[in-house]
Amino acid sequence: MIKIENIVKQYENHIALNDVSLTVPQGSVFGLLGPNGAGKTSLIRIVNQITAPDSGVVYFKGEKLKPEHISLIGYLPEERGLYKKMEIGEQILYLAQLKGLSKSESIKRAKYWFEKMEIESWWTKKVEELSKGMQQKVQFIATIIHEPELLILDEPFSGFDPVNADIIKNEFLELNKKGTTIIFSSHRMESVEQLCDHIALIDKSKKILEGKVVDIRNQYKNNTYRVIIRKGKSEEEIRSAEMNVISIANAEEHTQLEIKINDGKSINETLSHLISHFELISFEEIIPSIHDIFIQNVTPSN
Amino acid sequence: MKKIALIISREYLSRVKKKSFIIMTFLGPILIGGMYAIAIWLAVNADEMNQKKNVYVIDETEQFKDHFRDSKSLSFQYVNSNLDSTKKLIEGDEDSYVLYIPNLTKDLSGVQLYSTKQASISVVSYIEKEIESELKDKKLVENGISRDILKSLDMDVSLNTIRLTDKGEESGSAGASFGIGMFASVLIYLFIFLYGVQVMRGVIEEKNNRIVEVIISSVKPFQLMMGKIIGIALVGLTQFVLWVVLTTTISGIVTQKLSSKMTSTTEQTTGVAVGAGASAFDQSKQMSGNDAAQIMDAINTINFPLLIGTFIFYFLGGYLLYSALFAAIGSAVDNESETQQFMFPVTIPLIFSFVLSSSAVANNPDGPIAFWMSMIPLTSPIVMMVRIPFGVPVWQLVLSMVLLILGFMGTVWVAAKIYRTGILMYGKKVTFKELYKWLRY
Repeated sequence: MIKIENIVKQYENHIALNDVSLTVPQGSVFGLLGPNGAGKTSLIRIVNQITAPDSGVVYFKGEKLKPEHISLIGYLPEERGLYKKMEIGEQILYLAQLKGLSKSESIKRAKYWFEKMEIESWWTKKVEELSKGMQQKVQFIATIIHEPELLILDEPFSGFDPVNADIIKNEFLELNKKGTTIIFSSHRMESVEQLCDHIALIDKSKKILEGKVVDIRNQYKNNTYRVIIRKGKSEEEIRSAEMNVISIANAEEHTQLEIKINDGKSINETLSHLISHFELISFEEIIPSIHDIFIQNVTPSN
Repeated sequence: MKKIALIISREYLSRVKKKSFIIMTFLGPILIGGMYAIAIWLAVNADEMNQKKNVYVIDETEQFKDHFRDSKSLSFQYVNSNLDSTKKLIEGDEDSYVLYIPNLTKDLSGVQLYSTKQASISVVSYIEKEIESELKDKKLVENGISRDILKSLDMDVSLNTIRLTDKGEESGSAGASFGIGMFASVLIYLFIFLYGVQVMRGVIEEKNNRIVEVIISSVKPFQLMMGKIIGIALVGLTQFVLWVVLTTTISGIVTQKLSSKMTSTTEQTTGVAVGAGASAFDQSKQMSGNDAAQIMDAINTINFPLLIGTFIFYFLGGYLLYSALFAAIGSAVDNESETQQFMFPVTIPLIFSFVLSSSAVANNPDGPIAFWMSMIPLTSPIVMMVRIPFGVPVWQLVLSMVLLILGFMGTVWVAAKIYRTGILMYGKKVTFKELYKWLRY
């Protein structure tokens, strides 16, 4: 869907994007991750043609990005808002027409979405009369009314209450099922894991890793396992059991260990070793969460 | 283009539909008409409102008896009683004075004016002038000049200015030219200020509402900026046209209502004046009639197609130039209170040219100050309008117009660069140094 090649964007005092290349597959939910100030928003603005890169090319469905593509992209910026004194219906029509829809088509689609979101009665209300959550619904409609093929959402759930966040999230996923590609930028990892199938991690204006969520997590496995044993063994006893123990935590009725299996040893060997020493309750591989990978890769900045 | 049209129509309609616009559109002419009515009413009724003041004259020299002329607000009475008893006469009466001319010194330095309240400057200067002129007349008569000759010397001269042009001689009036030029430049000045600031507010509003990024993901920042500038220009033009139409209508009604009353009072005053010194009054009346005709003459000789054409040109050119700068300011700040530091350098040339246009430029419309200020695009819209009724060489006009076009293309270009960066910048206090950097992104 989107192919970004060697993008460089430089401001007076710092480099926002340093030779970043990415591929967003068609139909995917793509997570663009990185700490604040990493360059996510700069990248998104380039894809939206709000700013131009100093060098590098962006391809949209195989074509070089050009102004006509704007009507195929829906963008929900992090800094978002609406005209406070303008009626909501009018506002949606205005934004839809700016995206290139005809007036009659805009009215038809706006009506459809107002009904779907159960806000028909708001048509003539002004934004300043609405609560924040209500405004977000209107904003959502404004973002997707022109039925974009690509949706770009910058921190979409910041400022949402949980109920509305869920409604909107489900709408996004529904659109994705119908074929819309979604780029989803965030520094909050929890929301990403359950939504995205692809991610890219950006830190300090460079891309650090990119790929399918499953692949990346598997790639970051490092042979560590979580072992739960019946309580009763002292720490020295555990330590002396010829294993690479990373941590020991005592709970009410059992003890939780994290162990690393050294190269050359199979899981079964380890298991029989464990069974011979302890009363084993559970044993599982630790697959690092995106959050852990993120923390692991992002060098803390001051 | 379609998108700019959409933006223009939103900017236009959202403002025109506002209550404040509708109220100002109707209130403006009523206020102007009302002020006009009050001014006329005051002019008509001033004499009736100002109670005539009595001046009791004790003239020990006996030179001035019956020589002081009554004015609209003063009448003189000559009394023969002594000072103390006359002073008693005005006790508790604020509208009476006692003028005491003692027969002591030759140069009359002991003349005194008694009153219960401090006498106003106009009363004092009127009496002083009467005494002086009477003394002068007296001295002239003593030296053998008859009073008839003196009367014939009393005249009022108004210079007829005639310009030699290719079309022959054209009589003009410096006053009329000045008036028309100033009126045009005041309009341009007001328009730039009122609507330029609206452009700035609009930009700040969009930035504060955080809608700006949503919009510039659909249109180019330049389109948004130009759409806003043009939309607001149309709002301004609409308001001005409505004002002109409504004001003329209302003033017309007011004038008609008051005119009947006015003619009757004029007759009255004429009647009074005839009693005092008819011939002098007649003469001046004739003169003033002449004046009016001359001004009408002058107005007729002004090249109106040229004047209106250049007015529209400088009106729009000046507005575009300044509103682009105002848009840039709006984009660089987070709220209106931060605009001050940037507003200052932008408004200085505007105010400067406005002040100079009524003094230096009008006094010498072809002088170096007038010339240079009508060339510099930042000042030319206001200054050139003052010069045009006086006649400006074609090459200067063309040069000034070309420079203004280049000027506004320049400011629009600069503004677009600042705007593009500024609208996406939040929570940062911007300095001039920073703005300069933005130009080079």
